Amino acid sequence: MKKIIYTLLLLLPLSTFAASKVNLQSVDVDLEDFVSIQKGAEHYVKYCLGCHSAKYMRYKRIAMDLDIDEAIVLAEIAPEGANIYDPMLTAMNAHDSKKWFGVNPPDLSLIARVRGPKWLYTYLRGFYTDKSKPFGSNNTVYKDVAMPNVLWKLQGEQTAVMEKNHGEDVISFLKVETKGTMSRQQFDQFVTELVNFLVYVGEPVQLERQRLGKYVLFFLLMFGVIAYLLKKEYWKDVH
Amino acid sequence: MKNRVNKCCDWTLERFPLSKLWNEHMAEYYAPKNFNFWYFFGSLALLMLVNQFITGILLTMNYKPDAKLAFDSVEYIMRDVNWGWLVRYMHSTGASAFFILIYLHMFRGMMYGSYKKPRELIWIFGMLLFVCLMAEAFMGYLLPWGQMSYWGAQVIISLFSAIPVIGDELSLWIRGDYVISDATLNRFFAFHVIAVPLALIILVFLHIVALHEVGSNNPDGIEIKESKDPWGKPVDGIPFHPYYTVKDIVGVAVFLFFFCTVIFYMPEMGGYFLENANFIPADPLMTPEHIEPSWYFTPFYAILRAVPDKFAGVIAMGGSIVVLFLLPWLDRCPVKSIRYRGGIYKKALALFVVSFLVLGYLGTQPATPTFTMIARVFTVIYFAFFLLMPIYTRWEKPKAVPKRVTHEPDAEEKYAALVEAFEEMTTHEPLKTSWGATAFPVSPNKEGIKHVLTRLLEKLKRSFE
Amino acid sequence: MNHEGVDNSKRQFLTTALTVVGAVGTGYLAVPFLSQMQPSAKAMAAGAPVEVDISKIEPGQLIRVAWRGKPVWVLSRTEEVLDNLKTDTAKLADPNSQESKQPDYITDPLRSIKPEIFIAVGLCTHLGCSPTFRPEIAPNDLGKDWMGGFFCPCHGSGFDLAGRVFRSVPAPTNLEVPPYRYITDTLIINGEDNLEADA
Repeated sequence: MKKIIYTLLLLLPLSTFAASKVNLQSVDVDLEDFVSIQKGAEHYVKYCLGCHSAKYMRYKRIAMDLDIDEAIVLAEIAPEGANIYDPMLTAMNAHDSKKWFGVNPPDLSLIARVRGPKWLYTYLRGFYTDKSKPFGSNNTVYKDVAMPNVLWKLQGEQTAVMEKNHGEDVISFLKVETKGTMSRQQFDQFVTELVNFLVYVGEPVQLERQRLGKYVLFFLLMFGVIAYLLKKEYWKDVH
Repeated sequence: MKNRVNKCCDWTLERFPLSKLWNEHMAEYYAPKNFNFWYFFGSLALLMLVNQFITGILLTMNYKPDAKLAFDSVEYIMRDVNWGWLVRYMHSTGASAFFILIYLHMFRGMMYGSYKKPRELIWIFGMLLFVCLMAEAFMGYLLPWGQMSYWGAQVIISLFSAIPVIGDELSLWIRGDYVISDATLNRFFAFHVIAVPLALIILVFLHIVALHEVGSNNPDGIEIKESKDPWGKPVDGIPFHPYYTVKDIVGVAVFLFFFCTVIFYMPEMGGYFLENANFIPADPLMTPEHIEPSWYFTPFYAILRAVPDKFAGVIAMGGSIVVLFLLPWLDRCPVKSIRYRGGIYKKALALFVVSFLVLGYLGTQPATPTFTMIARVFTVIYFAFFLLMPIYTRWEKPKAVPKRVTHEPDAEEKYAALVEAFEEMTTHEPLKTSWGATAFPVSPNKEGIKHVLTRLLEKLKRSFE
Repeated sequence: MNHEGVDNSKRQFLTTALTVVGAVGTGYLAVPFLSQMQPSAKAMAAGAPVEVDISKIEPGQLIRVAWRGKPVWVLSRTEEVLDNLKTDTAKLADPNSQESKQPDYITDPLRSIKPEIFIAVGLCTHLGCSPTFRPEIAPNDLGKDWMGGFFCPCHGSGFDLAGRVFRSVPAPTNLEVPPYRYITDTLIINGEDNLEADA
């Protein structure tokens, strides 16, 4: 019996490590940084919305949550001709995308809740040149992904440097081959803003939720104290 | 005006036994005075039932039980409906909280022998409630129509196909289609929203009526009705109202504090209350990399996977629940409470809890050969606890049971001892700070910690004898 | 049980305090529960202003657009109709629309910004049926006094072509005129008025 418990205790940490094969890079997500989210929204519309809708998100909601004027949202974030009440839909139709990429680019409204910010950050920075793939690129966290590297102009081209690990070829690190239009820091900042926006879009209410939570918990604390005093008072009778 | 109101009250009371009901079940329902915190979970479970009903009704107002619309309508609730996110989180967190409360409530019953004569029927009703609750949770889990909803339901319904002869027909009949589909979603919605909740209400009613007929058990496991005062009231009983109503309100406040912390700060609970994969709409053509049932089913799921044969696995999983129904007749020890039972039962129960938790953990993990091996061991322990019970409970040497309930130190009385232990574990060395003042930083005292720990361990060891 | 030395006033106070705090909490909880039955953001989006192109409307023609799911009529009135409306006011219950729901900037008795284009919510003010458009004069079923107007088939209320209700019919007030403004001469935005645009 004891042996089993010991083996279990030994296995517990192992199993948690086994789950995360690729090292995910941490990203500084700050939902109170409205400027960063707004920039992320601009990047999203510019680089992602061409293929990926975020259909549960309305432009009006962005204006409301980030406290920016609707006119500014329409001018700077939303694509040409969009209405403030419109959800963030893509112009590409599903039939074409299936033909071009083999899959429909998924809607990204909830992607941050599926993958988490770290994964998104690592993924977006993790494209490298791989001539064997139809779009000439591959990804460190999402092997053989159907998505082409849309940010390569900004990031520059990277290649993977391989190493042997337990007889298997694994990626050791990514080497920059040609420089992009952005410096490394600028690009990291760019991706951070994009991830920040995606986390916000995943659950637009989260900031409000946490703000409200404080009041609710404080109220319950007060309620609990009075309830405890009342209980104590009545239970004086019981010996 | 006041006169009118009084007349109105009288008119009603002449026609409806309100005061009789109130007295029988609240003001003159005598409950043992020595309930400890384990006795909060029943009333809290009732609170959760109410929570699920109210939030559930509000959710149905905007939810669409249609395979094409279901996922969108949930996101619609989360984003477009006023406060929809709160209602949805209350419901999803409520489901998990309900199971936590019910598991604790059941464990309380196992500790203090609340299933024993004359309370067998309460236990049976309770177990039926548990089964209904599992059905309710399982069917509710399909409704968001995410990947996990879809494939979880697919796997569980496929279990029925393991039954010989009728299996395939049966699972086809349950689904109403060859795969999980719109038809399945629609019927699950009907069951989740109307049929099972009705059964739950009826069972809760029966559970409470049966309880109030025989009276509550208590941590000492003795019948308070056996010692009565000259007026026929149990000497160790106190009226449920006001004493336990005010006490339960404290329990409610504490519980809601934790409940709201989850709702407002961690509604996904690290992927246990709301799973990440369930934020992807159901895709009948692609199974997620790793599927697992909701955490509250994982112990039973681990048992299912531990058995190498499909049909036998289903039987084992069903058996792991059925065997709980038999508990009142498996246990042959005349003593109810664990306080006065022999060490053998204490050890067995501890082992059972460990196996339940380990199986629960294994159910969330991929079935690697090592994990499957461990799951098999604990499945055997799980069943051994029940099936060997008629034997080992007969060997048990219980202690003498007191005639009257005993006093247990309450939180406040324990607090003093806690402070004392803390004092013993720490030292206050005077320390000169850089600017010349003297401070007394609290630093751990190795000797003290050792003492406290040994005492604790000895106490633990004694409690198992 | 020991009731000696019980401080009843303290109990009473604490009970009241807990009840009050509990009631406040329940009240706060009721707000989200009740307001979740209010129109959602999607419903609000459907209630967004709609643009109506009136360049192709012919004289005497009525077009219907949906705004907040309600029918909104855009009617092109001819000179003849306008003359009729100005003179034929004897049978109207509220010819100057004093009791009626319409934006403040619509002051003309014929109830429109430009007299020839009339806009109204096409729902009877009685119980919400949509009246039929009956522009013909003196048809058989409506009698020879009928000078063109709207007739509600549900309970027989009649309105003239300015949406003004006749006397002694069930409908209490004139048809509602929604807020609207002209963007250009031929483009109307319905559901949004000048005030908002100016602000």
